[in-house]
Amino acid sequence: MNVVEASGLGKRYGSTWALRECSLTIPAGHVAALVGPNGAGKTTLLNLAVGLAAPSAGAVTVLGGRPAGSLAALDGIAFVAQDTPLYKNLSAADLLHLTSNLNRRFDQHYARARLAELGIPLKKKAGKLSGGQHAQLALTLALARRPRLLVLDEPVAMLDPIARHDFMATVLTAMADDGVSVLLSSHVLAELERVADYLILLARGRVQVACEVDDLLASHRMLTGPAAEAGKYAQWPVVHLRSGEAQAHLLVRAGADDPVAPGWEAHPVGLEELALAYLREPGAAALPGPARSRHADVSEVTK
Amino acid sequence: MTALTMTARPAEDASLRPVPWRRMAWVTWRQHRIALTGVAVFLGACAIYVWINGLQLHHAYAAAAACHPAASPACSALSSGFHVGAFLLNGYNLQAVPALIGAFAGAPLLARELETGTFRYAWTQGFGRSRWTLAKLVPLAVLLAAAAGALSVLLSWYYQPSFAPRNPALFPLPMSTFAATLFDLRGIAFAAWTLAAFAIGALAGMLIRRVVPAIAATLAAYAGLAFAAALYLRPHYLTPLVTRNVFRYFLSPPGSDYVVRQWWTKGGTTLSQSTTDQVINSTFTRMMPVAHSSREGAVAALKQPTNVHVFHYLTQHGYTQWTSYQPPSRFWPFQWIEGGWLFALSVLLIAATIWLVRRRAA
Repeated sequence: MNVVEASGLGKRYGSTWALRECSLTIPAGHVAALVGPNGAGKTTLLNLAVGLAAPSAGAVTVLGGRPAGSLAALDGIAFVAQDTPLYKNLSAADLLHLTSNLNRRFDQHYARARLAELGIPLKKKAGKLSGGQHAQLALTLALARRPRLLVLDEPVAMLDPIARHDFMATVLTAMADDGVSVLLSSHVLAELERVADYLILLARGRVQVACEVDDLLASHRMLTGPAAEAGKYAQWPVVHLRSGEAQAHLLVRAGADDPVAPGWEAHPVGLEELALAYLREPGAAALPGPARSRHADVSEVTK
Repeated sequence: MTALTMTARPAEDASLRPVPWRRMAWVTWRQHRIALTGVAVFLGACAIYVWINGLQLHHAYAAAAACHPAASPACSALSSGFHVGAFLLNGYNLQAVPALIGAFAGAPLLARELETGTFRYAWTQGFGRSRWTLAKLVPLAVLLAAAAGALSVLLSWYYQPSFAPRNPALFPLPMSTFAATLFDLRGIAFAAWTLAAFAIGALAGMLIRRVVPAIAATLAAYAGLAFAAALYLRPHYLTPLVTRNVFRYFLSPPGSDYVVRQWWTKGGTTLSQSTTDQVINSTFTRMMPVAHSSREGAVAALKQPTNVHVFHYLTQHGYTQWTSYQPPSRFWPFQWIEGGWLFALSVLLIAATIWLVRRRAA
């Protein structure tokens, strides 16, 4: 089952396209990370997926074909918006009661136990909680709904490192215990390396990369060699070129078995490094799926 | 990190019945109990004030009505007691009540959600946001209209003496059943205006998305609608009756007809206002050359009973005065008409609000 399927999806605000021609499939069972610079359309894509916004073009369905925003879709999705908005004047207990009344399923036992574990007093008003506790409360409300897809918009952006770690630990535990799929947007790249196993890169309102992290890492290599010969790789699918006086670093789409020209070294890349390279080159794209191997091109280079 | 585990996921319900409506009752009450309590306290305070003043007013009226002979100084003294409740008597102050309820209970309803961002929480819950909006707006609208209706029963009682038969020597100013500032405080109109104010507030909140500007816009829109209704709509709910040569300026008894328009004709042609003034003025000057020379003075003098013979002179010389009016027997039909269109408007505004919630999110 695909938790999110978008085809030709677009959203326009006035005359500006916040998201354009977005076709995307996110299979179930992943922690999918949505990465992109500010204004790339991350929040727009998430709003479309949870039904808060209506598409200007194309369509998006969730959880195996349920139209985004329909009652059937809302029933299976829990959304924690940016800055985790909650009613500040309501206590944690009231918010549990509120959320349980607004949904078909609500695991009161789980929610109360989690809040107790986090040391969040039930009588305390949401507006008086610390940033970390507030985010944890919002996450607990979402998870207690027993969703099949958890959507998080910049969940850790405002949190300190400890709160950030605890928050992501809660998400990962829920994923392991309950099989919930997760779609989260973030620009904290270091955090994603630890949790994400599916990566979607957005740039200027378009999808640049949408791929499993393992496949993505397996299909990219960092090549290091003499700067003077960097031009040799012009016809390769070079994602990003960083050139110094003597040495050049090229991020290319190539597998581990692809031959490398003499004088050049190939290294595997990390997720953060790879994401950064793509973010610096909004024009580059690795769609759909991982790159094909390019033996022909490489042999030409080795001559 | 955690020893917590979740119980097995309940089997997916294939039919996927929506979350029952009754669950929203608690949500609506919990989130709006402060606003509802505020409205209750406000209306309660109004009711106590009206009640205390009303007792005095009714007492003063009874004493004045029983006084004989009416022209005696003792009776005149009693009639001044009738004006104890003048603060409320003209109805101006109470016009603000529905507007305030609409502005402070209606406008923040959606504007606060949109301003603080909590709509992102509320509208992504399983209940569904159209149903959520409906389940908030309708019960609150009904409650507020009912509370306003209860107050208007008290107001109808309060204003009874204003419309009861009077001794003209004591109370020279006649009160029309359709007096603009009193008509909408009595009958079903008060509840209907409160309902409309709430609906205007809800829609303004959804459109403007900020609490304070939405409150201001609600007050402005309500005032505009109330003025337009009183000035342009209400006189024409039913085709006015037309009568001639009754000189209603001074013959109209208290609590009686509502004069929509008056005009003069001669030989089948309607005279313009300036011609009418001119004719009356010259007739008046000819008949009472010393008393008045200015036009304003002449027209004003026509309202005095002593000048009735000016009208008679004119009617004997081919002029006819026409008066279109609404008789007091039409009070309830007018109440139902006003209540009806306000109810329809409110339903329309609430429907538009829900439509916007469906469409215009994020």
